[in-house]
Amino acid sequence: MSDEARIALRDSLVRAGLLIATGVEGVFGRSGLFERIVEGFCDLVDAEAANDGAEVMRFPPVVTRADFERSGYMKSFPQLVGTVHAFNGNERDHATLLRRLEAGEDWTAGQAATGVVFTPAACYPAYPALAARGALSAEGALIDITSWCFRHEPSLDPARMQLFRQKEFVRVGAPDQVIAFRDLWKTRGEAIIAGLRLPLVIEVANDPFFGRAGRMLASSQREQALKFELLVPIASDIAPTACCSFNYHQDHFGHAWDIRRDDGTPAHTACVGFGLEHITLALLRHHGLDVPAWPADIRTALGL
Amino acid sequence: MNEAPTNRIRSLIGESELVSVDVSGLGDTDDLYAAGLTSHATVTLMLALEETFDIEFPDRLLRRRTFESIAAMAAAVEEIRSGQVAA
Repeated sequence: MSDEARIALRDSLVRAGLLIATGVEGVFGRSGLFERIVEGFCDLVDAEAANDGAEVMRFPPVVTRADFERSGYMKSFPQLVGTVHAFNGNERDHATLLRRLEAGEDWTAGQAATGVVFTPAACYPAYPALAARGALSAEGALIDITSWCFRHEPSLDPARMQLFRQKEFVRVGAPDQVIAFRDLWKTRGEAIIAGLRLPLVIEVANDPFFGRAGRMLASSQREQALKFELLVPIASDIAPTACCSFNYHQDHFGHAWDIRRDDGTPAHTACVGFGLEHITLALLRHHGLDVPAWPADIRTALGL
Repeated sequence: MNEAPTNRIRSLIGESELVSVDVSGLGDTDDLYAAGLTSHATVTLMLALEETFDIEFPDRLLRRRTFESIAAMAAAVEEIRSGQVAA
């Protein structure tokens, strides 16, 4: 995908008033219409999940630093992490900070880490919350979670935002329970996206693990077919964008946070994630920026 | 390096506590993933092998299978060393 194609798509979305540019790559405001598409899609997914009995959890877009450290995220994706820092000095430090600001110098050196880190994926706060309840029942757990997420990857591609929303369902329990959940959502996700008449493929995928060692983690994840992505072309037909992912984490999070099954063994986990901005952008790309002119069935499905 | 690579590799696994079983009981062809080797532990092992044997794993060997057993790692180490000697 060329930079020209990325810029053209981004600029057309901004010109149409759907996205509001901030001057930082990958950080946008959204219009009311953009939000209505997001909400319409969430309702569509919720209707599919209505009888599943998922427990709703909502968190602010941060995880505690202690929980983040336990997650192992730093081992895999140090390049994406956004830590929250704050001023922690005295009056003298404040004066120094203001002097540097005034002079256009770096004023951030004195900022100190706070107790929170930006949420990198919507499901992260759910695991320690579950672990704190003690061992699971035989049925395990099913969580409905949505969050703003941060990943530090500035890009010209409007489909690669630094701040975006993920809508997820998380299944925690025995291996057969969580694999059945992932396979169910692969089928459901495909039906939902195909119902919106978006061209899609589902492929084995890998997470963007860091560095050379990351290449091994990626190939290992692929060989075990732990992650599937549902891809739709947005900025590029050749490199389509992941709109949903269906992930089996084995007992990685069960170990990391000490989530136990009823028999005392570490719980296995799986999640389905919908990239709400990606899906909205895919709809805009394929049905046009003039939303009132979208096909009637699509508008009806999304309540527009 | 006189010691057989398999013994060195077995010691490395034991020293770093990368598996959940006693390494002295591990056969050269035993499945290390079944013995508790995790993906992240595999990365630790890869870096330790590079340092110990002064080698660098090429991309094509950065795969799960390369590290599945002590024998598989020893074969990879030999392959890289012979390639480096020839080059």
